[in-house]
Amino acid sequence: MAVNVLMPALSPTMEQGKLAKWVKKVGDTVKSGDVLAEIETDKALMEVEAVDEGVLAAILIPDGTENVAVNTPIAVIAAEGESADAAPVTASKPVSPELATQKPAAAVSASDAPTAPVVAIAAASDVPPGTPMVAMTVREALRDAMAEEMRADEDVFIMGEEVAEYQGAYKITQGLLQEFGARRVIDTPITEHGFAGIGVGAAMTGLKPIVEFMTFNFAMQAIDQIINSAAKTLYMSGGQMGCPIVFRGPNGAAARVAAQHSQDYAAWYSQIPGLKVVAPYTAADFKGLMKSAIRDPNPIIFLENEILYGQTFDVPQMDDYTVPIGKARIHRTGKDVTLVSWSIGMTYAIKAADELAKEGIEAEIIDLRTIRPMDVDTIIASVQKTGRCVTVEEGWPQSGVGAEIAARVMERAFDWLDAPVVRVTGKDVPMPYAANLEKLALPNVGEVIQAAKAVLYR
Amino acid sequence: MASSASSRSKSQKTAGPAVFTRDQELHAYREMLQIRRFEEKAGQMYGMGLIGGFCHLYIGQEAVVVGMQMASIEGDQIITGYRDHGHMLVCGMDPKGVMAELTGRRGGLSKGKGGSMHMFSKEKHFYGGHGIVGAQVSLGTGLAFANHYRGNGNASMIYFGDGAANQGQVYESFNMAELWKLPAVYIIENNRYAMGTSVSRASAQSDFSKRGLSFNIPGEQVDGMDVRAVREAGLKALTWCREGKGPYILEMQTYRYRGHSMSDPAKYRSKEEVQKMREEHDPIEQVRARLLREKFATEDELKAIDAKVRAIVAEAAEFATNDPEPDPSELWTDILV
Repeated sequence: MAVNVLMPALSPTMEQGKLAKWVKKVGDTVKSGDVLAEIETDKALMEVEAVDEGVLAAILIPDGTENVAVNTPIAVIAAEGESADAAPVTASKPVSPELATQKPAAAVSASDAPTAPVVAIAAASDVPPGTPMVAMTVREALRDAMAEEMRADEDVFIMGEEVAEYQGAYKITQGLLQEFGARRVIDTPITEHGFAGIGVGAAMTGLKPIVEFMTFNFAMQAIDQIINSAAKTLYMSGGQMGCPIVFRGPNGAAARVAAQHSQDYAAWYSQIPGLKVVAPYTAADFKGLMKSAIRDPNPIIFLENEILYGQTFDVPQMDDYTVPIGKARIHRTGKDVTLVSWSIGMTYAIKAADELAKEGIEAEIIDLRTIRPMDVDTIIASVQKTGRCVTVEEGWPQSGVGAEIAARVMERAFDWLDAPVVRVTGKDVPMPYAANLEKLALPNVGEVIQAAKAVLYR
Repeated sequence: MASSASSRSKSQKTAGPAVFTRDQELHAYREMLQIRRFEEKAGQMYGMGLIGGFCHLYIGQEAVVVGMQMASIEGDQIITGYRDHGHMLVCGMDPKGVMAELTGRRGGLSKGKGGSMHMFSKEKHFYGGHGIVGAQVSLGTGLAFANHYRGNGNASMIYFGDGAANQGQVYESFNMAELWKLPAVYIIENNRYAMGTSVSRASAQSDFSKRGLSFNIPGEQVDGMDVRAVREAGLKALTWCREGKGPYILEMQTYRYRGHSMSDPAKYRSKEEVQKMREEHDPIEQVRARLLREKFATEDELKAIDAKVRAIVAEAAEFATNDPEPDPSELWTDILV
């Protein structure tokens, strides 16, 4: 019986990719292990091998098609002498029905393929009116920010695992080795504790290292150098010796990588005096804040998110676009309830606000952008307007950033509150692997809507 | 006490280190004596309650930093752990500022906010003073990285003890230093005890000069009680670095006379062992004996040096006792630039 070849997921977070090239053509005999086609993800060009044997009976998605959703049938393999017509017409059923609801529609042709959503963001106040915008992914924004700062300052360099020849484990450093050379784009061995210390030592001499952790989960091996050496030296030296360094990398849950690879460190680092902690959401903020972080004379924890890397936003086309560290951004104005979030938490807050609007509830969304120093003034001003506050984060509840926000609001705006602050957080469990359990462990849009209604007593 | 064992096929030394000139002997004598007298005073002040917390004295190990400093050039950085007073004095940091930091006063080198284990001087290329055992090894490798990045011809001298030598990040650093040919001299001050644990009880490989073997880093054992041997080994190691050949390990075989810190009764070793080291291997007495034997100085001249050193230390103690504590507003400064 003929079988469909489906568009494969080639990374934990891949939802779509480009069918770059067919290696086999219709009529070719294929056996398992043969390379059928090349698929380009946002991270890499990968080969797709046949699993089934037979004749390539039909190619459903032609060469060069962009944005082919995972699980879309891309070809049909038939037994010798069998007709391609015998192929099943729909995608094989995914293992988890829960997961399927999260995926884009399965049937995608070249003509109506969905493009990555462009999220409209109110321009930052420091962008001159009329500034042209360019759509770019968070990934590109980060790369451009680092490249611009490296062009401007010879003391800036980047080090980490796979940042140079591999072009970045998540392709954030794509092209940097080619432009800046191996002296300034440095592949390290797998040795987080050691290279974090080397980065801090180099920064103490006045160099400005960008230290990439492949993910912040691995930075736990290096956390002593980050806290005891980078964060405290300025104070312990009576102001003589600072540490201008950026520690950056993806933070928090990706997708289906389980407990050890799915932890949000925002609350951990935000407790440490001597550090600044940044966790942007939009590509514009990633770019502007990364440039500010590199220039900042203090140690910066720059928390990225793997799921956001491929998302596209408008970024102001300016020679030198920076965003100040420590300043929140009103993402959406509203009078009924304040939603405070940052990083990927914003995706839940925004969808929830859209749903709430349909019911006549106007939510104001604050994108915190920086966790430390926290722009409490902006939160308080909003709560004084709405009288209600919900925080949204993927991190754990106990001693989380939401807990801190709740305390600050209580301290400074108690008399304005019409309801207790409610936190929407990741559940108080290690991240499970199973798709359904993982989904349960993360916050969701429904929980944000429910929380907003709860503080509105609706 | 040097076994002159070498992890590579280095020529065995039989004749002893190159002799010092009169000026070198006098310089080494004065520098070591200043550390000794300073530390004795610090111990006394700790007993008087003027110095708090931890206070780790360098008495007995003076030849190591003095010999290495004599081998270095301007711009070479120094970084060490918590037993750091000697390192700061030898690179020219003000004894008054060091002592006032020990007493937690506003004139201390870190404005009273660092204490015994946390002082720094960019001007003197001293990068601390680190309280986490072994952290200075990665940090120091970062200093060497910066020299390599800038191509400035300097090397970094990274001091750590036989205890720190068992930390994992030491070997992460060794690997990268050799991989990238960084100008780093790793100086392992083997004073035989990591707090109360003797080397034999903590180290599967007790020849620390061999600790870089699997990274192809050359190393040698040095008589760390003989300032001439230290300087000679230091010159060799620093030259190796400056020639772009990468890092070098020097195991300095030394001894601390006092406890690990002021609160350590040192019951893990015998009084006789300490007494024997003091009588037969004292680094300062060795120089003093040579100065007199070679007629480089008279007893009176040495007494005059001693008096000068005592005056400097007394002035430092006086300052550190009378200097006011930091202004309360200092609590909130120097957290961020």
